[in-house]
Amino acid sequence: MGDIVTMDDLTNQDIVAVLDDAERLVPVARGEVYLPLLQGKVLANMFFENSTRTRMSFETAMKRLGGSVLNFTSIGTSVAKGETLYDTMQMIDGYADVAAIRHPRQGAAQYSADAVGIPILNAGDGAGNHPTQTMLDLFTIRQAHGTLEGLNVVLVGDLRYGRTVHSLSHALVRFGAKLTLVSPSTLKMPVEIVSDLREHGSEIVETESLEDQIAGADVIYVTRIQKERFPDEDEYAKVAGIYKIEASDLSSAIKGMIVMHPLPRVDEIDPGVDSTEFARYFEQAFNGVPTRMALLCRSLGIDVPKKVN
Amino acid sequence: MSEMRRVTAIRNGTVVDHIPSGNAMQVIRILRIDTDRATPVSLVMNVPSDKLGRKDVLKIEDRELDQEDLDRLALIAPAASIAIIRNHAVAEKMKVELADDLVNIAKCSFWNCITKNDREPLPQRMRVTSRDPLQVRCYYCGRGQEIDELIENIL
Repeated sequence: MGDIVTMDDLTNQDIVAVLDDAERLVPVARGEVYLPLLQGKVLANMFFENSTRTRMSFETAMKRLGGSVLNFTSIGTSVAKGETLYDTMQMIDGYADVAAIRHPRQGAAQYSADAVGIPILNAGDGAGNHPTQTMLDLFTIRQAHGTLEGLNVVLVGDLRYGRTVHSLSHALVRFGAKLTLVSPSTLKMPVEIVSDLREHGSEIVETESLEDQIAGADVIYVTRIQKERFPDEDEYAKVAGIYKIEASDLSSAIKGMIVMHPLPRVDEIDPGVDSTEFARYFEQAFNGVPTRMALLCRSLGIDVPKKVN
Repeated sequence: MSEMRRVTAIRNGTVVDHIPSGNAMQVIRILRIDTDRATPVSLVMNVPSDKLGRKDVLKIEDRELDQEDLDRLALIAPAASIAIIRNHAVAEKMKVELADDLVNIAKCSFWNCITKNDREPLPQRMRVTSRDPLQVRCYYCGRGQEIDELIENIL
């Protein structure tokens, strides 16, 4: 029951409850309050693929709640010797109380959840799902706007391959968001995803131009165009740097608009934006900590107290 | 002449009737009859049918289909009717029913699915997300499967 493999594992009510928990846990995430809710519990960080933010924020989340962490990487281990995911997870089932898994193969998180008894949190499987990222994105949006309902969210960049924008857009339409999808034609959101989104009754606009979308946006969510996705340099060169946002581009933005990015960024957002009131990407990265704290508690069946201080 | 008498009646075995016209060869593959050289099989294709317009019929001697066979069959012949024949008489009638969960029926076709490693021991699992039109997704990776690919990847 504690598994979170896709956003479908959480109802809208669950999402709101987890975000509420996360909000109360912010002082704990900052280290201002010590609240050892997960003392004696062990998290296995199972990273079969590299990660910086996700792995570290899971680790911080667990440690700030008094728990401890086993860090696993597949390089030079039994996996390199040909061990199956099933066998690796059997071992971890005996060592930890909960596991976060990142794996290059799609479906690895569901597979692990079926293989073991401990709860599994999907920390990204291939081009599939990354629900804890979506939760921290929702947390960041709600923190800025006080609600998730009916916002105008502009998603920019590589909408074709980015698993982050796929799961985020699915979650946003569940709360009635209007989505504007800005990408070069070669990196458009897959048609089956767009049709799924429209089925929710949401207004979806697709365009190649970012300029006209800034004024009406509540959120601009920027993603990196990933060089490794392109068959050749020329194709990449055509779209690289196509949506570079500078502070001066945001003069038409409404008050309270936020610019988000799952990071790492290359040159999509000029460092000049960092000091504007709009920039939220570093806070967004921090928000991974309280959000993952709340998710860890949920998976382990631990209630977050109504008052934290 | 009734289509049932186009080939000789069988003594023991299974008659698979109401296969969509042209699908009999796929049924043979999906039931793995094509690799079993010991089973006599009679095949009738494209005969008139009140229900389907035209249909295919298969008579498989000395083999009684079981539930797992029917689950596979449901993928390509959802309207098929099955008669188990014992001593020249219909001993049992069975209907094909497509389950919501298809366990170890076919392998996922997506190249990057976790189940692509043959050494992974958990069963292959597909979920039926729509019956008409038939839509099937891998339970693990979530990818939609083309029906042709599913038949290609039958276990």
